Amino acid sequence: MTVVERREVALVDLLDRLLAGGVVITGDLTLRIADVDLVRIDLNALISSVNENVPAPWEEML
Amino acid sequence: MSGLRYVYAVCRPFGTPLPAQLTGVAGVPPKQLVHGDLVAVVGQVPAEDFAEGPLRAHLEDLDWLGATARAHQNVIDALTVVTSPLPLRLATVFRDDSGVRSMLEEREETFLRTLDRLDGRVEWGVKVYSEPTEDAGKAEAAEGSGARPASPPGRAAGSGRDYLRQRRNQRKESEEKWERAEEFSRRLHESLSGYAEDTRIHAPQNSALSRAPGRNILNAAYLVPRTESEAFVELVDRTKDDAPGLRVELTGPWAAYSFSGEDA
Repeated sequence: MTVVERREVALVDLLDRLLAGGVVITGDLTLRIADVDLVRIDLNALISSVNENVPAPWEEML
Repeated sequence: MSGLRYVYAVCRPFGTPLPAQLTGVAGVPPKQLVHGDLVAVVGQVPAEDFAEGPLRAHLEDLDWLGATARAHQNVIDALTVVTSPLPLRLATVFRDDSGVRSMLEEREETFLRTLDRLDGRVEWGVKVYSEPTEDAGKAEAAEGSGARPASPPGRAAGSGRDYLRQRRNQRKESEEKWERAEEFSRRLHESLSGYAEDTRIHAPQNSALSRAPGRNILNAAYLVPRTESEAFVELVDRTKDDAPGLRVELTGPWAAYSFSGEDA
């Protein structure tokens, strides 16, 4: 592990936060497209094609 | 000019201009939209990509999603340098500036309360992985250095009994390794929590997605005051030698994504 070295952030770390974290704003003002269910479905499909036994990284948070 | 408003974050006014060369989603430089005691950091995005239909289609495209997530994070990172932003969920899009203003007004109290709670804090991510290859290597080495004369390298064990013994040892070793890993993660989380005002345990990451070697055991987020961050990072750094067969990874500092909820 190197703490000082700044590597490019892994996509999965980014998505852990951007799809499961952050303030969710819904209502008439938004276009109601902050909905990330489709993303989850897509990633789940990707994962389950590799290994059905391992849960999606953010499954429990959505 | 037609275009939707992509909102990255809500902040207290921070009085510093954003870096001139900073670009966000759709390659557009973000702007500050000041409303009362709040600032929304927004960028104009094309309706042909960000209206409901096209966005839904795009979100199923991992390449597009990845590029958008990085562009989003690019802006949040820049904000984290100058303030403690309250990040919004990826792809929060409004029709126009007045929609953004109404949203700020409607949620002003909540935003101010959350921003106060996050002020001067950052999020650190800590993950613990078990390292499969290293341990397997050690097991082989232990096998080879046994009292029994070693069989020639590259040759399988001589008898069925040897084979069964070897399998038994491997299984025992992997169980012990698992227990050690969980115990280590528990203690690490406990000591890191001492520096944190709040913590979140995320679900372990799937190695098929992360492409990180080994199995993810702990995936946690810590809300740490900036003033404590150096000590926090040092503590994480020190643990790397305490855990043979395990790997500790630190990410951050992040904006407080995992702590942005009202219930946080």
